[in-house]
Amino acid sequence: MEPIEQLLQYTLSGLSTGAIYALIGLGFAIIYNSTSIINFAQGEFVMLGGMLTLFFHVTLGLSLPLAVVLAIVVATAVGALFERLAISPLKDAEPIILVIITIGGSILIRGVAMLLWGKDTHALPMFSGNEPIILMGAAIMPQNIWIFGITLIIITANRIFFHHSISGKAMRACSFNRIASSLVGIDVKRMILFSFVISSAMGAAAGIIIAPLTMTSYDVGVMLGLKGFCAAIIGGMSTGMGTVAGGLLVGVLESLGAGLISSGYKDAIAFIILLIILLIRPQGLFGKGEAERV
Amino acid sequence: MKRELMKFLVFAAAILTAPMFLKGGYIVNVLVFVGIYTILAVALNLLLGLAGQISLGQAAFFGLGAYISGVLTATHAVNPWLAMVIAVIAVGVIAFVLGFPILKLKGHYLAMATLGMGIIVYIIFNETVDITGGPSGLPGIPNLSIGGIVFNTDMKNYYLVWSFVIVTILLSVNLSQSRIGRALRAIHDSEVAARILGVNVRLLKVQVFTISGIFSALAGSLYAHTVQFISPASFGFNVSIELLTMVIIGGLGSIYGSFLGAAILTLLPELFRTFQDYDIVVYGIVLIVMTMFMPGGLVRGVPLLARFLLAKLKSGLPSAKSV
Amino acid sequence: MLKIESITKIFGGLTALEDVSFSVAAGEITGIIGPNGAGKTTLFNIVTGIYHPTSGKVYYDGKDVTGFPPEKLARRGLVRTFQGIELFGQMTVLENVMVGLHTRSQSGIISSALKLPAHLREERHIRERAISWLEFAGIAELAHMKAANLPFGKGRLLEIARAMAVEPKIILLDEPAAGLNSRETSDLALLIERIKSSGVTVALVEHDMELVMGICSRVVVLNLGCKLAEGTARQIQEDENVITAYLGEG
Repeated sequence: MEPIEQLLQYTLSGLSTGAIYALIGLGFAIIYNSTSIINFAQGEFVMLGGMLTLFFHVTLGLSLPLAVVLAIVVATAVGALFERLAISPLKDAEPIILVIITIGGSILIRGVAMLLWGKDTHALPMFSGNEPIILMGAAIMPQNIWIFGITLIIITANRIFFHHSISGKAMRACSFNRIASSLVGIDVKRMILFSFVISSAMGAAAGIIIAPLTMTSYDVGVMLGLKGFCAAIIGGMSTGMGTVAGGLLVGVLESLGAGLISSGYKDAIAFIILLIILLIRPQGLFGKGEAERV
Repeated sequence: MKRELMKFLVFAAAILTAPMFLKGGYIVNVLVFVGIYTILAVALNLLLGLAGQISLGQAAFFGLGAYISGVLTATHAVNPWLAMVIAVIAVGVIAFVLGFPILKLKGHYLAMATLGMGIIVYIIFNETVDITGGPSGLPGIPNLSIGGIVFNTDMKNYYLVWSFVIVTILLSVNLSQSRIGRALRAIHDSEVAARILGVNVRLLKVQVFTISGIFSALAGSLYAHTVQFISPASFGFNVSIELLTMVIIGGLGSIYGSFLGAAILTLLPELFRTFQDYDIVVYGIVLIVMTMFMPGGLVRGVPLLARFLLAKLKSGLPSAKSV
Repeated sequence: MLKIESITKIFGGLTALEDVSFSVAAGEITGIIGPNGAGKTTLFNIVTGIYHPTSGKVYYDGKDVTGFPPEKLARRGLVRTFQGIELFGQMTVLENVMVGLHTRSQSGIISSALKLPAHLREERHIRERAISWLEFAGIAELAHMKAANLPFGKGRLLEIARAMAVEPKIILLDEPAAGLNSRETSDLALLIERIKSSGVTVALVEHDMELVMGICSRVVVLNLGCKLAEGTARQIQEDENVITAYLGEG
């Protein structure tokens, strides 16, 4: 392969994983904006998406589309349950407490997944076949197209929801000013629950579309979650294009780094980026003032 | 002050005489690990319980201590005690230098940054195969020895490790009750108030981070020399979480509580073999439940619970009049 | 002692302070008053290093200390209290004041961890000094109570005792009378007089007019971020502009 084609290859696959990081990052941002909490368990919903789909499709023999829908529903239910049981009672506690609770939640979900499904890695079948498509000399899997497409749909749906629906605008109001929102009659508690619901659904969807490419197991959530968090940080916790750009950036840099420098350190790249951003510009590259909200 | 001294002496006496009642055997081996994890838990408690700074990357310092000691002694035949000193100093310097930028962060961001740091170090352990042996580990680490005594049995290692534990606990208890300890607790309660009283918050945070790193590296070195084989798996993200759970169980800010937490979390899997697979689930539940219902940890929660139950019992007993 | 020179502070689109200048004379009690939103606490935050001014300078003891961080100012003898008291809730009343003595002691990490004799001697000294500051503020009997459990009025006194333990040259009190009943306010006035008698300069931001007019020798009036007037308590009470600002036109 020519160097240009190689570069293109890395960039394309990087954009693909970047899209996933963007979805996960948006999940972090949505919850953070409505509650000021960083949900350490976010990555586990991504894991649940893939693992549950596997369970419904392979173990129970349901058709893939049905399995996908059920997986998202169940993952969302877990997210809602987590919010009701562990987050809501403690919303006024110090940050340390909330960090520890969400870490506990993440471990718990991971542990249960391990008990139910063991430690093996599994492959989810590709949505539409294994034949790579050649685009300008670079090979791209159909699954990548699914990823781009579905991510685009979710991001657009997100934007429409937050900007053009009453509930969405209500959630944005809560994130700007909780007290004022409750004074005008917005049920803040419900909005917080809603933000968890949306984030876990998005996380699960992200987990499902990437699973055919990268395999899934009970502990994929940790890394994916952290990388998604990295995307959100670069985007300054924006629930819009800033985080999406952050995700794509991490994905591409990671892919280029793995391809051009060393594949063993692939995971380290995202975390080095995370550390650099946190230490030099914690408000993100597309900082608060500049980022638009979806 | 006298009470603290009594507590310490009772603790030290119990630790030093325990093996005589246990007559050797497997339990002594487990207790060596309890000792190592106690040092790690105390190190984390100084940072988290006392100063209120979340670190999810303690395993990195633990691992660095172990690997520096291990590589220097196994590959380069350096004297183990010298290697330990080098490891501890090296990690201290690393913690000090990293501390300045990292501790500017607070709350979630600090947690994430330390988590990221921990994972990067873990990946380095795995990838620098030529030095560390990579995922297959580093074998052949020699035991420590003083004069003619080689620490190569569980019993001898017990006394070796627990001597260090006792010293670590003594230093930590002293520190937490001193002017420095007060300043750290002040930072935990209200950083801005500490600053306007003249406390050099930035420097103090880095200093406690460094101490925490030094103790963790010490534990790592001891671990390397008692187990004689190390691999990256012992220093991953999971270990940082276990340490966090130990500190929470014992009680944030309680040095002896860290011992309790370390003991419980190390002994329980041994006592209940089937526990092995459930351990992650249990850690998760414990973290959530303890944080929600017993924020002071067992050290404060159990006496409170006992008092509560006793009061319930007394009110339940028939009084002379109601007969 | 303290000179504020042309301080301007702009937050985004809001001008909190505009070209404010005045002086606080050594050994006196100076009051800073003004309607809500006048910028009084912002001014305090700038003087004590919590905010940086957009422009202007702060001179303390003759030196330019603009932008110095709080801990540096504290070591030079400039301390403050907060409107919503910032106590170390999990520590006892006595321990709170002992932290105030942090800059008056040196025991480092090694000395503390090893409990060296010098450290032990210093601890005893810190404890004694702390108790005497509690007596100064009149709350010595509460020494071993957890600070978070203190009634509000006592918490205020503790915050002042703690700040005094730094042995400052000047203490800035941010609305010390807020939330106090009249009995507590008169006790507070006596405490502030005691502080002045001990040679410490006092500057206070306040809404309680009786307190201000009662103990302040000079008063500065702020309104909407600008200095409206400056003078003795009597002069301020009779100043037309001040009366208008507080009571409105007509």
